[in-house]
Amino acid sequence: MCGIFGVMDRRRQMMDGSGIRQALSMMNERGSGEGAGYVAYGIYPEYQDCYALHVFFDRACENKAAVDATLEQWGVIEHDEAIPTCDQPNLRVNCTPWRYFFKPDASLAPGSASPEKDIITDLVMQINASVNGAEVVSSGKNVGVFKASGWPEDVADYYRIEDYEGYIWLAHNRYATASPELWGKPDPFNLHDWSVVENGKITTYGANRRYIESFGYNCSTGTDSEVITYLIDLLVRKHGLDIDLAIRALAPPYWEEIDRMPEAKQRLNQALRFAYGSATMNGPFTIVAANPEMMVGFTDRGKLRPMVVGECGDRLYIASEEAAIRAMEPNVESITRPGAGTPVIGRVAP
Amino acid sequence: MAKQITIDAKGVHYTPLNQQIRKAIDDGADEIVINNVLGQRFIGNGLRGNAVIRVNGVAGGDLAMFMSGPTVIVHGNAEHAPGNTMDSGKVVIHGSAGDAVAHSMRGGKVFVRGDIGYRGGIHMKQYEDQRPILVVGGSAQTFLGEYMAGGLLLVLALDGVMNAREIGSGIHGGEIVIRGNVDESRLAAGAKKMPLTDEDRARIAPVIREFAADFELDAEPLVNADYTRIVPASARPFAGKYTWE
Repeated sequence: MCGIFGVMDRRRQMMDGSGIRQALSMMNERGSGEGAGYVAYGIYPEYQDCYALHVFFDRACENKAAVDATLEQWGVIEHDEAIPTCDQPNLRVNCTPWRYFFKPDASLAPGSASPEKDIITDLVMQINASVNGAEVVSSGKNVGVFKASGWPEDVADYYRIEDYEGYIWLAHNRYATASPELWGKPDPFNLHDWSVVENGKITTYGANRRYIESFGYNCSTGTDSEVITYLIDLLVRKHGLDIDLAIRALAPPYWEEIDRMPEAKQRLNQALRFAYGSATMNGPFTIVAANPEMMVGFTDRGKLRPMVVGECGDRLYIASEEAAIRAMEPNVESITRPGAGTPVIGRVAP
Repeated sequence: MAKQITIDAKGVHYTPLNQQIRKAIDDGADEIVINNVLGQRFIGNGLRGNAVIRVNGVAGGDLAMFMSGPTVIVHGNAEHAPGNTMDSGKVVIHGSAGDAVAHSMRGGKVFVRGDIGYRGGIHMKQYEDQRPILVVGGSAQTFLGEYMAGGLLLVLALDGVMNAREIGSGIHGGEIVIRGNVDESRLAAGAKKMPLTDEDRARIAPVIREFAADFELDAEPLVNADYTRIVPASARPFAGKYTWE
Protein backbone atom coordinates (compact mmCIF):
# COMPACT_ATOMS: atom_id res chain seq x y z
CA MET A 1 0.00 0.00 0.00
CA CYS A 2 2.73 2.56 0.96
CA GLY A 3 2.52 6.34 0.79
CA ILE A 4 4.87 8.33 -1.42
CA PHE A 5 5.52 12.02 -1.70
CA GLY A 6 7.65 14.28 -3.87
CA VAL A 7 8.08 18.02 -4.10
CA MET A 8 10.27 20.07 -6.42
CA ASP A 9 10.91 23.80 -6.61
CA ARG A 10 11.52 24.79 -10.21
CA ARG A 11 13.67 27.77 -9.16
CA ARG A 12 15.71 25.80 -6.65
CA GLN A 13 14.22 27.63 -3.68
CA MET A 14 15.17 25.58 -0.67
CA MET A 15 12.71 23.76 1.57
CA ASP A 16 13.73 22.38 4.93
CA GLY A 17 12.60 18.88 5.84
CA SER A 18 9.87 19.84 8.31
CA GLY A 19 7.12 20.22 5.68
CA ILE A 20 8.00 16.90 4.07
CA ARG A 21 7.93 15.19 7.46
CA GLN A 22 4.45 16.55 8.05
CA ALA A 23 3.23 15.57 4.58
CA LEU A 24 4.51 12.02 4.91
CA SER A 25 3.01 11.66 8.34
CA MET A 26 -0.44 12.46 6.86
CA MET A 27 -0.23 9.09 5.10
CA ASN A 28 0.55 6.93 8.13
CA GLU A 29 -2.50 4.83 7.29
CA ARG A 30 -0.46 3.75 4.26
CA GLY A 31 2.48 2.67 6.37
CA SER A 32 3.11 0.00 8.97
CA GLY A 33 5.83 1.68 11.03
CA GLU A 34 8.45 -0.62 9.57
CA GLY A 35 10.15 1.77 7.21
CA ALA A 36 10.29 5.36 6.11
CA GLY A 37 12.80 7.43 4.24
CA TYR A 38 13.61 10.79 2.75
CA VAL A 39 15.94 11.97 0.01
CA ALA A 40 16.82 15.58 -0.73
CA TYR A 41 18.73 17.35 -3.52
CA GLY A 42 20.82 20.40 -2.75
CA ILE A 43 21.67 19.57 0.87
CA TYR A 44 25.48 19.61 0.63
CA PRO A 45 26.41 22.89 -1.14
CA GLU A 46 29.80 23.02 0.62
CA TYR A 47 30.70 19.67 -0.99
CA GLN A 48 28.75 20.03 -4.23
CA ASP A 49 31.66 18.79 -6.35
CA CYS A 50 31.95 15.57 -4.34
CA TYR A 51 29.83 12.46 -4.53
CA ALA A 52 28.16 12.14 -1.15
CA LEU A 53 28.15 8.48 -0.14
CA HIS A 54 25.71 7.61 2.64
CA VAL A 55 26.74 4.27 4.12
CA PHE A 56 25.13 2.10 6.80
CA PHE A 57 27.76 0.29 8.87
CA ASP A 58 26.64 -2.62 11.01
CA ARG A 59 29.63 -1.90 13.24
CA ALA A 60 31.57 1.13 12.04
CA CYS A 61 34.78 0.21 13.87
CA GLU A 62 34.93 -3.16 12.12
CA ASN A 63 33.49 -2.47 8.67
CA LYS A 64 34.71 1.00 7.83
CA ALA A 65 38.34 0.22 7.00
CA ALA A 66 37.35 -1.95 4.04
CA VAL A 67 35.18 0.82 2.56
CA ASP A 68 37.88 3.45 3.14
CA ALA A 69 40.45 1.26 1.37
CA THR A 70 38.14 0.58 -1.60
CA LEU A 71 37.31 4.26 -2.05
CA GLU A 72 40.93 5.37 -1.77
CA GLN A 73 41.87 3.05 -4.64
CA TRP A 74 39.44 4.93 -6.90
CA GLY A 75 39.71 8.53 -5.82
CA VAL A 76 40.02 10.90 -2.91
CA ILE A 77 37.93 11.03 0.24
CA GLU A 78 37.65 14.79 0.84
CA HIS A 79 35.89 14.35 4.14
CA ASP A 80 33.96 11.74 6.08
CA GLU A 81 31.95 11.73 9.28
CA ALA A 82 29.09 10.09 11.11
CA ILE A 83 25.72 11.43 9.97
CA PRO A 84 24.33 13.46 12.89
CA THR A 85 21.49 11.59 14.54
CA CYS A 86 19.31 11.97 17.58
CA ASP A 87 18.08 8.81 19.34
CA GLN A 88 14.33 8.25 19.27
CA PRO A 89 12.57 6.11 21.86
CA ASN A 90 10.61 4.19 19.21
CA LEU A 91 13.47 3.58 16.82
CA ARG A 92 15.69 0.57 17.33
CA VAL A 93 19.07 1.58 15.95
CA ASN A 94 21.03 -1.32 14.48
CA CYS A 95 23.60 0.44 12.33
CA THR A 96 25.75 3.56 12.13
CA PRO A 97 24.88 5.94 9.29
CA TRP A 98 28.05 7.49 7.86
CA ARG A 99 28.79 9.87 5.00
CA TYR A 100 31.78 10.27 2.74
CA PHE A 101 32.42 13.19 0.39
CA PHE A 102 34.32 11.50 -2.38
CA LYS A 103 35.98 12.55 -5.63
CA PRO A 104 36.49 9.66 -8.05
CA ASP A 105 39.54 9.75 -10.32
CA ALA A 106 38.02 9.97 -13.81
CA SER A 107 41.25 8.78 -15.43
CA LEU A 108 40.61 5.33 -13.95
CA ALA A 109 37.61 4.81 -16.27
CA PRO A 110 39.13 5.54 -19.68
CA GLY A 111 36.81 5.52 -22.65
CA SER A 112 33.67 6.13 -20.61
CA ALA A 113 31.26 8.90 -21.56
CA SER A 114 30.49 9.44 -17.86
CA PRO A 115 33.60 8.12 -16.07
CA GLU A 116 32.82 9.45 -12.59
CA LYS A 117 29.36 7.91 -12.58
CA ASP A 118 30.69 4.62 -13.93
CA ILE A 119 33.21 4.49 -11.10
CA ILE A 120 30.55 5.37 -8.52
CA THR A 121 28.20 2.75 -9.97
CA ASP A 122 30.91 0.09 -9.79
CA LEU A 123 31.91 1.10 -6.27
CA VAL A 124 28.32 0.95 -5.01
CA MET A 125 27.82 -2.49 -6.57
CA GLN A 126 31.14 -3.73 -5.26
CA ILE A 127 30.74 -2.50 -1.68
CA ASN A 128 27.12 -3.67 -1.42
CA ALA A 129 27.97 -7.09 -2.81
CA SER A 130 31.25 -7.80 -1.07
CA VAL A 131 31.86 -5.71 2.05
CA ASN A 132 30.19 -7.37 4.98
CA GLY A 133 28.37 -4.97 7.28
CA ALA A 134 28.45 -1.98 4.94
CA GLU A 135 25.72 -0.77 2.60
CA VAL A 136 25.85 2.32 0.41
CA VAL A 137 22.34 3.84 0.43
CA SER A 138 23.02 6.97 -1.62
CA SER A 139 25.85 8.14 -3.80
CA GLY A 140 25.05 11.34 -5.69
CA LYS A 141 26.41 14.85 -5.74
CA ASN A 142 24.68 17.20 -3.33
CA VAL A 143 22.07 14.57 -2.45
CA GLY A 144 21.46 12.22 0.46
CA VAL A 145 19.09 9.44 1.51
CA PHE A 146 17.92 9.25 5.13
CA LYS A 147 15.99 6.11 5.93
CA ALA A 148 15.35 3.62 8.72
CA SER A 149 12.89 1.06 9.98
CA GLY A 150 10.23 3.06 11.81
CA TRP A 151 7.43 5.60 11.47
CA PRO A 152 8.10 8.68 9.32
CA GLU A 153 8.19 11.08 12.27
CA ASP A 154 10.71 8.99 14.20
CA VAL A 155 12.93 8.54 11.15
CA ALA A 156 12.79 12.28 10.40
CA ASP A 157 13.61 13.22 13.98
CA TYR A 158 16.37 10.62 14.19
CA TYR A 159 18.15 12.21 11.20
CA ARG A 160 17.02 15.75 12.15
CA ILE A 161 15.86 16.25 8.59
CA GLU A 162 14.46 19.68 9.47
CA ASP A 163 18.14 20.75 9.53
CA TYR A 164 18.56 19.98 5.80
CA GLU A 165 17.47 22.22 2.97
CA GLY A 166 16.81 20.88 -0.51
CA TYR A 167 15.03 21.96 -3.70
CA ILE A 168 13.74 18.44 -4.46
CA TRP A 169 12.53 16.04 -1.78
CA LEU A 170 11.13 12.54 -2.13
CA ALA A 171 9.73 10.60 0.80
CA HIS A 172 8.34 7.15 1.41
CA ASN A 173 6.08 5.67 4.07
CA ARG A 174 6.50 1.92 3.86
CA TYR A 175 3.84 -0.73 4.38
CA ALA A 176 6.11 -3.73 4.72
CA THR A 177 4.80 -6.78 2.88
CA ALA A 178 7.57 -8.68 1.21
CA SER A 179 10.91 -8.32 2.96
CA PRO A 180 12.19 -7.94 6.52
CA GLU A 181 12.50 -4.55 8.19
CA LEU A 182 16.15 -3.82 7.56
CA TRP A 183 17.21 -0.20 7.49
CA GLY A 184 18.40 -0.42 3.91
CA LYS A 185 15.11 -1.85 2.63
CA PRO A 186 12.71 1.09 2.62
CA ASP A 187 12.68 3.59 -0.23
CA PRO A 188 14.06 5.96 -1.37
CA PHE A 189 16.60 4.02 -3.37
CA ASN A 190 19.40 6.05 -4.89
CA LEU A 191 22.25 5.61 -7.37
CA HIS A 192 24.25 8.83 -7.92
CA ASP A 193 21.87 11.13 -9.84
CA TRP A 194 18.66 9.13 -9.58
CA SER A 195 16.42 8.49 -6.59
CA VAL A 196 13.20 6.47 -6.63
CA VAL A 197 10.22 5.98 -4.34
CA GLU A 198 7.56 3.43 -5.25
CA ASN A 199 4.12 2.47 -4.03
CA GLY A 200 3.28 -0.94 -5.37
CA LYS A 201 4.63 -4.33 -6.31
CA ILE A 202 6.23 -5.06 -9.62
CA THR A 203 5.14 -8.49 -10.73
CA THR A 204 7.75 -8.60 -13.50
CA TYR A 205 10.52 -8.11 -10.94
CA GLY A 206 12.36 -11.29 -11.90
CA ALA A 207 12.43 -10.53 -15.63
CA ASN A 208 13.38 -6.90 -15.04
CA ARG A 209 16.14 -7.88 -12.63
CA ARG A 210 17.64 -10.44 -15.02
CA TYR A 211 17.57 -7.80 -17.75
CA ILE A 212 19.29 -5.08 -15.72
CA GLU A 213 21.85 -7.49 -14.27
CA SER A 214 22.86 -8.44 -17.81
CA PHE A 215 24.20 -4.87 -18.08
CA GLY A 216 26.40 -5.28 -15.01
CA TYR A 217 24.12 -3.83 -12.36
CA ASN A 218 24.03 -6.00 -9.26
CA CYS A 219 20.74 -6.07 -7.34
CA SER A 220 21.68 -6.62 -3.71
CA THR A 221 18.61 -5.41 -1.79
CA GLY A 222 15.88 -7.30 -3.65
CA THR A 223 13.59 -4.27 -3.72
CA ASP A 224 11.56 -2.98 -6.65
CA SER A 225 12.98 0.51 -6.37
CA GLU A 226 16.52 -0.80 -6.78
CA VAL A 227 15.64 -2.34 -10.15
CA ILE A 228 13.68 0.76 -11.19
CA THR A 229 16.60 3.07 -10.33
CA TYR A 230 19.05 0.98 -12.32
CA LEU A 231 16.65 0.74 -15.29
CA ILE A 232 16.25 4.52 -15.39
CA ASP A 233 20.03 5.00 -15.11
CA LEU A 234 20.60 2.53 -17.95
CA LEU A 235 17.98 3.97 -20.28
CA VAL A 236 18.73 7.65 -19.63
CA ARG A 237 22.47 7.78 -18.94
CA LYS A 238 23.75 4.82 -20.93
CA HIS A 239 21.25 4.62 -23.80
CA GLY A 240 20.62 8.35 -24.03
CA LEU A 241 16.82 8.18 -24.01
CA ASP A 242 14.85 11.27 -23.03
CA ILE A 243 13.06 10.72 -19.77
CA ASP A 244 9.62 10.60 -21.42
CA LEU A 245 10.78 7.83 -23.74
CA ALA A 246 12.41 5.99 -20.85
CA ILE A 247 9.14 6.08 -18.90
CA ARG A 248 7.31 4.93 -22.04
CA ALA A 249 9.70 1.97 -22.27
CA LEU A 250 9.18 1.04 -18.61
CA ALA A 251 5.39 1.51 -18.60
CA PRO A 252 4.38 1.29 -22.27
CA PRO A 253 0.88 1.65 -23.67
CA TYR A 254 -1.09 -1.54 -24.32
CA TRP A 255 -0.80 -2.94 -27.84
CA GLU A 256 -4.43 -1.95 -28.51
CA GLU A 257 -3.54 1.66 -27.69
CA ILE A 258 -0.53 1.52 -29.97
CA ASP A 259 -2.77 0.19 -32.77
CA ARG A 260 -4.90 3.32 -32.49
CA MET A 261 -1.96 5.74 -32.84
CA PRO A 262 -0.99 7.59 -36.03
CA GLU A 263 1.63 5.71 -38.01
CA ALA A 264 4.80 7.53 -36.96
CA LYS A 265 3.88 7.37 -33.28
CA GLN A 266 2.87 3.75 -33.70
CA ARG A 267 6.29 2.85 -35.10
CA LEU A 268 8.10 4.65 -32.30
CA ASN A 269 6.05 2.85 -29.65
CA GLN A 270 6.44 -0.51 -31.36
CA ALA A 271 10.21 0.01 -31.53
CA LEU A 272 10.33 0.86 -27.83
CA ARG A 273 8.31 -2.21 -26.90
CA PHE A 274 10.46 -4.47 -29.05
CA ALA A 275 13.74 -3.00 -27.78
CA TYR A 276 12.75 -2.85 -24.13
CA GLY A 277 10.32 -5.74 -23.70
CA SER A 278 12.37 -7.07 -20.80
CA ALA A 279 12.41 -3.66 -19.10
CA THR A 280 8.62 -3.33 -19.23
CA MET A 281 7.18 -3.35 -15.73
CA ASN A 282 3.85 -4.89 -14.89
CA GLY A 283 1.86 -5.01 -11.69
CA PRO A 284 0.46 -2.21 -9.57
CA PHE A 285 2.76 0.76 -9.05
CA THR A 286 3.13 4.48 -8.75
CA ILE A 287 6.71 5.68 -9.05
CA VAL A 288 8.22 9.06 -8.31
CA ALA A 289 11.82 9.54 -9.42
CA ALA A 290 14.17 12.48 -9.33
CA ASN A 291 17.60 13.59 -10.43
CA PRO A 292 19.23 17.01 -9.87
CA GLU A 293 17.34 18.46 -12.86
CA MET A 294 13.87 16.96 -12.63
CA MET A 295 11.16 15.10 -10.78
CA VAL A 296 8.87 12.64 -12.57
CA GLY A 297 5.86 10.54 -11.60
CA PHE A 298 4.06 7.74 -13.43
CA THR A 299 1.77 4.80 -12.76
CA ASP A 300 1.23 1.32 -14.12
CA ARG A 301 -0.88 1.03 -17.27
CA GLY A 302 -3.91 -0.33 -15.49
CA LYS A 303 -3.70 2.45 -12.88
CA LEU A 304 -3.83 0.23 -9.84
CA ARG A 305 -2.25 2.80 -7.51
CA PRO A 306 -3.15 6.42 -6.79
CA MET A 307 -1.19 9.47 -7.94
CA VAL A 308 -2.24 13.02 -7.13
CA VAL A 309 -0.41 16.03 -8.55
CA GLY A 310 -0.45 19.52 -7.06
CA GLU A 311 0.99 22.76 -8.32
CA CYS A 312 1.55 26.01 -6.51
CA GLY A 313 3.77 28.73 -7.93
CA ASP A 314 7.15 27.15 -8.66
CA ARG A 315 6.35 24.05 -6.64
CA LEU A 316 5.33 20.73 -8.13
CA TYR A 317 3.95 18.04 -5.82
CA ILE A 318 3.31 14.36 -6.51
CA ALA A 319 1.74 12.22 -3.78
CA SER A 320 -0.39 9.20 -3.01
CA GLU A 321 -3.02 11.41 -1.37
CA GLU A 322 -4.21 14.97 -1.81
CA ALA A 323 -4.19 15.48 1.96
CA ALA A 324 -0.40 15.08 2.05
CA ILE A 325 0.01 17.87 -0.51
CA ARG A 326 -2.38 20.15 1.35
CA ALA A 327 -0.60 19.44 4.63
CA MET A 328 2.50 21.05 3.14
CA GLU A 329 0.77 23.55 0.83
CA PRO A 330 -2.68 24.49 2.20
CA ASN A 331 -3.24 26.98 -0.62
CA VAL A 332 -2.26 24.64 -3.47
CA GLU A 333 -3.48 26.13 -6.75
CA SER A 334 -4.32 23.00 -8.70
CA ILE A 335 -4.92 19.35 -7.89
CA THR A 336 -5.11 16.77 -10.67
CA ARG A 337 -5.07 13.00 -11.00
CA PRO A 338 -3.27 12.24 -14.27
CA GLY A 339 -4.26 9.09 -16.11
CA ALA A 340 -2.10 6.03 -16.59
CA GLY A 341 0.36 6.60 -19.40
CA THR A 342 0.48 10.33 -18.73
CA PRO A 343 3.80 10.84 -16.98
CA VAL A 344 4.23 13.96 -14.90
CA ILE A 345 7.57 15.54 -15.72
CA GLY A 346 8.74 18.62 -13.85
CA ARG A 347 12.07 20.21 -14.73
CA VAL A 348 14.16 22.60 -12.69
CA ALA A 349 14.70 25.92 -14.50
CA PRO A 350 18.15 25.93 -16.17
CA MET B 1 -36.05 22.67 15.78
CA ALA B 2 -33.09 21.21 13.94
CA LYS B 3 -30.06 20.64 16.10
CA GLN B 4 -26.67 21.42 14.59
CA ILE B 5 -23.36 20.29 16.04
CA THR B 6 -19.98 21.49 14.75
CA ILE B 7 -16.79 19.43 15.02
CA ASP B 8 -13.27 20.71 14.37
CA ALA B 9 -11.30 17.90 12.71
CA LYS B 10 -7.95 19.72 12.61
CA GLY B 11 -5.27 17.23 13.55
CA VAL B 12 -7.83 14.67 14.75
CA HIS B 13 -7.35 11.02 13.76
CA TYR B 14 -10.34 9.34 12.13
CA THR B 15 -11.13 7.09 15.08
CA PRO B 16 -11.84 9.89 17.60
CA LEU B 17 -13.43 11.88 14.77
CA ASN B 18 -15.93 9.11 14.05
CA GLN B 19 -16.53 8.74 17.79
CA GLN B 20 -17.44 12.43 17.94
CA ILE B 21 -19.77 12.03 14.95
CA ARG B 22 -21.52 9.07 16.58
CA LYS B 23 -21.83 10.91 19.86
CA ALA B 24 -23.37 13.90 18.04
CA ILE B 25 -25.96 11.58 16.46
CA ASP B 26 -26.66 9.95 19.85
CA ASP B 27 -27.16 13.46 21.23
CA GLY B 28 -29.87 14.04 18.65
CA ALA B 29 -28.03 16.14 16.07
CA ASP B 30 -29.82 16.57 12.74
CA GLU B 31 -26.89 18.29 11.10
CA ILE B 32 -23.22 17.80 11.83
CA VAL B 33 -20.67 20.21 10.36
CA ILE B 34 -17.09 18.94 10.31
CA ASN B 35 -14.51 21.64 9.60
CA ASN B 36 -10.83 21.37 8.64
CA VAL B 37 -11.09 17.82 7.34
CA LEU B 38 -7.76 16.79 5.80
CA GLY B 39 -7.71 13.26 4.50
CA GLN B 40 -9.30 11.49 7.48
CA ARG B 41 -10.52 8.13 6.25
CA PHE B 42 -13.77 6.28 6.97
CA ILE B 43 -15.86 9.37 7.83
CA GLY B 44 -19.44 8.32 8.51
CA ASN B 45 -18.67 4.61 8.33
CA GLY B 46 -21.58 2.37 9.19
CA LEU B 47 -23.69 5.31 10.34
CA ARG B 48 -27.46 4.88 10.50
CA GLY B 49 -30.29 7.39 10.75
CA ASN B 50 -31.02 10.45 8.65
CA ALA B 51 -28.65 13.16 9.82
CA VAL B 52 -26.91 15.48 7.37
CA ILE B 53 -23.12 15.56 7.69
CA ARG B 54 -21.24 18.42 6.07
CA VAL B 55 -17.57 17.77 5.43
CA ASN B 56 -15.50 20.90 4.83
CA GLY B 57 -12.14 19.91 3.40
CA VAL B 58 -10.69 16.84 1.70
CA ALA B 59 -12.47 13.65 2.71
CA GLY B 60 -10.15 10.67 3.03
CA GLY B 61 -10.65 7.21 1.57
CA ASP B 62 -13.73 5.04 2.07
CA LEU B 63 -16.03 7.93 2.95
CA ALA B 64 -19.48 6.70 4.09
CA MET B 65 -18.50 3.05 3.81
CA PHE B 66 -21.35 0.72 4.90
CA MET B 67 -23.43 3.83 5.64
CA SER B 68 -27.17 3.32 5.90
CA GLY B 69 -29.34 6.41 5.76
CA PRO B 70 -27.50 9.68 6.40
CA THR B 71 -26.56 12.32 3.82
CA VAL B 72 -22.90 13.32 3.56
CA ILE B 73 -22.08 16.54 1.69
CA VAL B 74 -18.41 17.18 0.92
CA HIS B 75 -17.28 20.72 0.09
CA GLY B 76 -13.98 19.67 -1.43
CA ASN B 77 -12.54 16.56 -3.03
CA ALA B 78 -12.69 12.96 -1.83
CA GLU B 79 -9.99 10.30 -2.03
CA HIS B 80 -10.54 6.69 -3.11
CA ALA B 81 -13.80 4.75 -2.84
CA PRO B 82 -16.41 7.12 -1.40
CA GLY B 83 -19.66 5.14 -0.96
CA ASN B 84 -17.77 1.84 -0.62
CA THR B 85 -20.41 -0.87 0.03
CA MET B 86 -22.84 1.84 1.05
CA ASP B 87 -26.29 0.55 1.89
CA SER B 88 -28.55 3.60 1.66
CA GLY B 89 -28.41 7.36 2.07
CA LYS B 90 -26.56 9.86 -0.07
CA VAL B 91 -23.09 11.22 -0.66
CA VAL B 92 -22.75 14.56 -2.47
CA ILE B 93 -19.22 15.60 -3.43
CA HIS B 94 -18.77 19.13 -4.74
CA GLY B 95 -15.23 18.46 -5.98
CA SER B 96 -13.70 15.41 -7.63
CA ALA B 97 -12.96 11.94 -6.31
CA GLY B 98 -10.24 9.31 -6.65
CA ASP B 99 -10.31 5.75 -7.94
CA ALA B 100 -12.98 3.09 -7.25
CA VAL B 101 -15.81 5.51 -6.46
CA ALA B 102 -18.94 3.67 -5.24
CA HIS B 103 -16.96 0.44 -4.91
CA SER B 104 -19.40 -2.47 -4.35
CA MET B 105 -22.19 -0.03 -3.57
CA ARG B 106 -25.46 -1.74 -2.57
CA GLY B 107 -27.92 1.15 -2.43
CA GLY B 108 -28.38 4.89 -2.06
CA LYS B 109 -26.82 7.62 -4.18
CA VAL B 110 -23.34 9.01 -4.77
CA PHE B 111 -23.23 12.33 -6.68
CA VAL B 112 -19.85 13.73 -7.74
CA ARG B 113 -19.85 17.18 -9.37
CA GLY B 114 -16.31 16.91 -10.78
CA ASP B 115 -14.34 14.00 -12.21
CA ILE B 116 -13.79 10.53 -10.86
CA GLY B 117 -10.74 8.31 -11.20
CA TYR B 118 -10.34 4.78 -12.52
CA ARG B 119 -12.77 1.92 -11.88
CA GLY B 120 -15.76 4.08 -10.95
CA GLY B 121 -18.72 1.95 -9.91
CA ILE B 122 -16.63 -1.21 -9.69
CA HIS B 123 -18.90 -4.09 -8.73
CA MET B 124 -21.98 -2.00 -7.90
CA LYS B 125 -24.82 -4.42 -7.28
CA GLN B 126 -28.57 -4.55 -6.78
CA TYR B 127 -31.12 -6.73 -5.04
CA GLU B 128 -34.87 -6.24 -5.27
CA ASP B 129 -35.53 -2.64 -4.24
CA GLN B 130 -31.89 -1.90 -3.45
CA ARG B 131 -30.60 -0.08 -6.54
CA PRO B 132 -27.50 2.08 -6.08
CA ILE B 133 -27.01 5.19 -8.22
CA LEU B 134 -23.70 6.87 -9.06
CA VAL B 135 -23.83 10.15 -11.00
CA VAL B 136 -20.67 11.88 -12.21
CA GLY B 137 -20.80 15.47 -13.43
CA GLY B 138 -17.41 15.53 -15.13
CA SER B 139 -15.36 12.76 -16.67
CA ALA B 140 -14.83 9.19 -15.58
CA GLN B 141 -11.64 7.26 -16.16
CA THR B 142 -10.94 3.85 -17.64
CA PHE B 143 -12.54 0.61 -16.38
CA LEU B 144 -15.77 2.49 -15.63
CA GLY B 145 -18.35 0.02 -14.30
CA GLU B 146 -15.82 -2.81 -14.03
CA TYR B 147 -17.51 -6.09 -12.95
CA MET B 148 -20.71 -4.10 -12.49
CA ALA B 149 -23.55 -6.27 -11.24
CA GLY B 150 -26.39 -3.82 -10.78
CA GLY B 151 -27.56 -0.27 -10.30
CA LEU B 152 -27.27 2.86 -12.43
CA LEU B 153 -24.05 4.64 -13.34
CA LEU B 154 -24.63 7.98 -15.06
CA VAL B 155 -21.85 10.17 -16.48
CA LEU B 156 -22.86 13.67 -17.61
CA ALA B 157 -19.47 14.76 -19.03
CA LEU B 158 -20.39 18.40 -18.35
CA ASP B 159 -16.96 19.63 -19.46
CA GLY B 160 -17.27 17.77 -22.76
CA VAL B 161 -14.57 15.30 -21.76
CA MET B 162 -15.05 11.59 -21.20
CA ASN B 163 -11.78 9.73 -20.68
CA ALA B 164 -13.06 6.25 -19.93
CA ARG B 165 -12.04 3.28 -22.04
CA GLU B 166 -12.65 -0.39 -21.35
CA ILE B 167 -16.12 0.60 -20.19
CA GLY B 168 -18.07 -2.17 -18.52
CA SER B 169 -15.25 -4.69 -18.39
CA GLY B 170 -16.90 -7.78 -16.93
CA ILE B 171 -20.28 -6.09 -16.52
CA HIS B 172 -23.06 -8.60 -15.85
CA GLY B 173 -25.84 -6.44 -14.44
CA GLY B 174 -27.01 -2.84 -14.16
CA GLU B 175 -26.59 -0.06 -16.71
CA ILE B 176 -24.10 2.66 -17.61
CA VAL B 177 -25.54 5.80 -19.19
CA ILE B 178 -23.16 8.38 -20.65
CA ARG B 179 -24.12 11.74 -22.15
CA GLY B 180 -23.13 11.99 -25.80
CA ASN B 181 -22.01 9.30 -28.18
CA VAL B 182 -19.56 6.70 -26.95
CA ASP B 183 -17.52 5.02 -29.64
CA GLU B 184 -17.79 1.26 -29.76
CA SER B 185 -14.00 1.00 -29.31
CA ARG B 186 -14.33 2.36 -25.78
CA LEU B 187 -16.46 -0.58 -24.66
CA ALA B 188 -14.85 -3.59 -23.06
CA ALA B 189 -15.63 -7.14 -24.08
CA GLY B 190 -18.90 -8.16 -22.50
CA ALA B 191 -20.52 -4.71 -22.75
CA LYS B 192 -22.85 -3.56 -25.51
CA LYS B 193 -24.53 -0.34 -26.54
CA MET B 194 -28.29 0.01 -26.56
CA PRO B 195 -30.42 2.95 -27.66
CA LEU B 196 -31.84 5.03 -24.81
CA THR B 197 -35.58 4.49 -25.04
CA ASP B 198 -38.26 6.91 -23.85
CA GLU B 199 -38.86 4.66 -20.86
CA ASP B 200 -35.15 4.75 -20.05
CA ARG B 201 -35.14 8.54 -20.26
CA ALA B 202 -38.21 8.79 -18.04
CA ARG B 203 -36.42 6.57 -15.53
CA ILE B 204 -33.21 8.62 -15.40
CA ALA B 205 -34.88 12.06 -15.61
CA PRO B 206 -35.63 12.32 -11.86
CA VAL B 207 -32.02 11.35 -11.09
CA ILE B 208 -30.70 14.08 -13.40
CA ARG B 209 -33.08 16.63 -11.87
CA GLU B 210 -31.99 15.73 -8.36
CA PHE B 211 -28.31 16.00 -9.34
CA ALA B 212 -28.92 19.35 -11.06
CA ALA B 213 -30.74 20.67 -8.00
CA ASP B 214 -27.91 19.63 -5.67
CA PHE B 215 -25.33 21.46 -7.77
CA GLU B 216 -27.51 24.33 -9.05
CA LEU B 217 -27.38 23.29 -12.69
CA ASP B 218 -30.00 23.77 -15.40
CA ALA B 219 -31.67 20.36 -15.48
CA GLU B 220 -33.79 20.36 -18.62
CA PRO B 221 -31.01 20.52 -21.26
CA LEU B 222 -29.44 17.54 -19.49
CA VAL B 223 -32.69 15.64 -19.29
CA ASN B 224 -33.20 16.12 -23.03
CA ALA B 225 -29.61 15.47 -24.14
CA ASP B 226 -28.43 12.48 -26.17
CA TYR B 227 -27.20 9.54 -24.14
CA THR B 228 -25.47 6.25 -24.79
CA ARG B 229 -26.74 3.35 -22.74
CA ILE B 230 -24.34 0.48 -22.05
CA VAL B 231 -25.52 -2.84 -20.67
CA PRO B 232 -24.14 -6.34 -20.24
CA ALA B 233 -24.01 -8.43 -23.39
CA SER B 234 -24.82 -11.41 -21.20
CA ALA B 235 -25.39 -12.24 -17.56
CA ARG B 236 -22.27 -14.43 -17.61
CA PRO B 237 -19.70 -12.55 -19.69
CA PHE B 238 -16.84 -14.87 -18.86
CA ALA B 239 -18.72 -18.15 -18.90
CA GLY B 240 -16.44 -19.44 -21.63
CA LYS B 241 -13.29 -17.97 -20.17
CA TYR B 242 -13.10 -19.30 -16.65
CA THR B 243 -15.40 -22.31 -16.82
CA TRP B 244 -15.94 -25.13 -19.27
CA GLU B 245 -19.28 -26.82 -19.50
